[in-house]
Amino acid sequence: MSVLASQALAQLAAAPAPSPVPASGSFSLTVWLVLLPLIGAAVLLLSGRRADPWGHLVGVAASVASFLVAVVLFFSLQGHAGDERSIGQHLFSWVPVAGFHVDAGLLLDPLSMAFVLLITGVGSLIHIYSVGYMSHDAGRRRFFGYLNLFVAAMLLLVLADGYLLLYVGWEGVGLASYLLIGFWTFKPTAATAAKKAFVVNRVGDVGLGLAIMLMFATFGTTSFVGVLGNADFVSSGTLTAIGLLLLLGACGKSAQAPLQTWLLDAMEGPTPVSALIHAATMVTAGVYLVVRSGPIFDLAPDARLAVTIVGAVTLSMGALIGCAKDDIKKVLAASTMSQIGYMVLAAGLGPAGYAIAILHLLTHGFFKAGMFLGAGSVMHALDDEVDMRRYGGLRKVMPITFVTFGLGYLAIIGLPPFSGFFSKDKIIEAAFDKGGTSGWVLGTTALVAAGVTAFYMTRLMAMTFFGEARWAKGAHPHEAPSVMTAPMVVLAIGSVCAGGLLVLGGSLQNWLEPVVGQSVEVGAHTISPTVLTLITLLVVGGGVAGGWVVFGRRSIPVTAPAAGPLVVAARRDLYGDAANEALLMRPGQWLTRWLVWFDGRGVDGFVNGLAATIGGGSARLRRWQTGFVRSYALSMFGGAALVVAAVLVVRL
Amino acid sequence: MSPDWWLYLSAALFSVGAAGVLLRRNAIVVFMCVELMLNAVNLTLVTFSRINGDLDGQIIAFFVMVVAAAEVVVGLAIIVTIFRTRRTASLDEANLLKY
Repeated sequence: MSVLASQALAQLAAAPAPSPVPASGSFSLTVWLVLLPLIGAAVLLLSGRRADPWGHLVGVAASVASFLVAVVLFFSLQGHAGDERSIGQHLFSWVPVAGFHVDAGLLLDPLSMAFVLLITGVGSLIHIYSVGYMSHDAGRRRFFGYLNLFVAAMLLLVLADGYLLLYVGWEGVGLASYLLIGFWTFKPTAATAAKKAFVVNRVGDVGLGLAIMLMFATFGTTSFVGVLGNADFVSSGTLTAIGLLLLLGACGKSAQAPLQTWLLDAMEGPTPVSALIHAATMVTAGVYLVVRSGPIFDLAPDARLAVTIVGAVTLSMGALIGCAKDDIKKVLAASTMSQIGYMVLAAGLGPAGYAIAILHLLTHGFFKAGMFLGAGSVMHALDDEVDMRRYGGLRKVMPITFVTFGLGYLAIIGLPPFSGFFSKDKIIEAAFDKGGTSGWVLGTTALVAAGVTAFYMTRLMAMTFFGEARWAKGAHPHEAPSVMTAPMVVLAIGSVCAGGLLVLGGSLQNWLEPVVGQSVEVGAHTISPTVLTLITLLVVGGGVAGGWVVFGRRSIPVTAPAAGPLVVAARRDLYGDAANEALLMRPGQWLTRWLVWFDGRGVDGFVNGLAATIGGGSARLRRWQTGFVRSYALSMFGGAALVVAAVLVVRL
Repeated sequence: MSPDWWLYLSAALFSVGAAGVLLRRNAIVVFMCVELMLNAVNLTLVTFSRINGDLDGQIIAFFVMVVAAAEVVVGLAIIVTIFRTRRTASLDEANLLKY
């Protein structure tokens, strides 16, 4: 049954790939979405110290201007009919080689529009927040330059009309991420974390690069229209290969297993960076890639299954790690991994899940960015302390941070009517509705992880805002200035309302339909949605109660107590680094050592040995030349005699 | 008289010459032994010419004589020069051109 059904489903989903309408009127502004922050970055990074006093304002202005353009474009797009909401803007002929012709062009459609609004909207809020957060930092201008560079690259990533231009944005955000994680270059840990993020991302990028090459070899083009529109005519083996390579790329960028290790270390960067890049936008690029490449995954069920497995594994890992970390940013990072795992899981469910994945991505963008900014506010108040065991009782001194963080908390655990409820609940439902054994496994994983999410977020809340104060001596926590609290308030409002607004009347679903295809109505639910919602809420309630009993009611020791093997494993990121070291780094070192040995002894040894043999042999042969004429004469006689003898033997 | 005797004689002369070249040290004697070998060969050629009844062997013998005359000129000049520089005509002393 499943084969037929999935084929029918694939037919249905592969349909939407309409040629984009050429950009005209207000849509010719599309390119300015990318150009404005790019100009901002150029101004900030090239103008030197003289821009220090006003540099941050340029950064904020560039980002806000880009957001305003995005709003204008959004309303212009609203004015079009559903299937004409795909606007292509041709920029220039990029690679005009015979047999390989690539145009650089932008594609504005409902999917990229949703991302553009998220990136520029949340990005602008975080720019504003950074003005306060980085006010005492000598490198603030450089910081804003990098942030603008990131926004430009991220917008290019989601607006590109082909995989090759997407790759440019993909590498651009990787570069910006590297620069911003290692922003505090004087900290060796930050420099190492930046390198680690860069290297791990390269592994994924190789996957994406190979996928693009395979696409070119298969389709002769790398544009979305050319590749996704012709996916029907290609063997499923090729599509599975492309799908798995794309998944590898997504794993690198979105910190999914097995390339998840860099994200926790990436928290070495300034907190606004963690909020913008490593929570709200860049790490969701993998989800974008999978959803954008939907027609490929729809025709490659194996690749899609791999996507769901990666999502399920990562969301469990992230949830487990989140339970044991004491560093507030690492808890949030583990939570980000876990939530992106949810999105990847949803994206792997096919047309039933694409819209839900994007929904969770948008709501997560709000509440996780809000919570990261809240964490930044707490750190700001406590002299950059990140250990939650040194927090406690902050709800009285930091009321705004507490309330905004609390709203984000309610959103992420999925309490109705906060935004996380609508998206996460739907993911669990869709996972169960997948049917079969895999549906049950994925659904149960997502369900249990929702409980674990509630547990570790309750732990975070209890350790940070409740209980007795465990601050370091001399700490005088205070509420952040309004330039920092204002973005937190806006994001908190977003995390309260976004979910409901996007779900109401299926608004996001309808909006995305021209791109991701119609959501397939499941005939019979595995579990009725109402019952499943109740079960989910029960599990979440259990997680909250557990977290409160363990961490809210008891006093928290200032140093981490000894713990069982599972907690130790979670504290050490489930041995992700150890596994990488044992499986990749050590064998790599052995391989290089062996290669050096082989090169020195084997290759050089052979060549040098040959030369030495010939040299030694020649030195001995030389002794034949004695200089005595008569011995030469003897050899001539001997030779002549031999020739004569040979002739005689032959003749006779 | 059977032509075989001439061939035996030339073989004997050739052997005497060869032994002289290999065994004597004096350059002049070695040189004369070379001449002896050449003439032994000439005798063979002439004998073959007689046996076959044509002139080929005799013509080649003339060529050998011409070349030998030229060789004598060059060879004696070299030997005289060696004797002048090294005060000896021993071949074993003139062994500088070696490894």
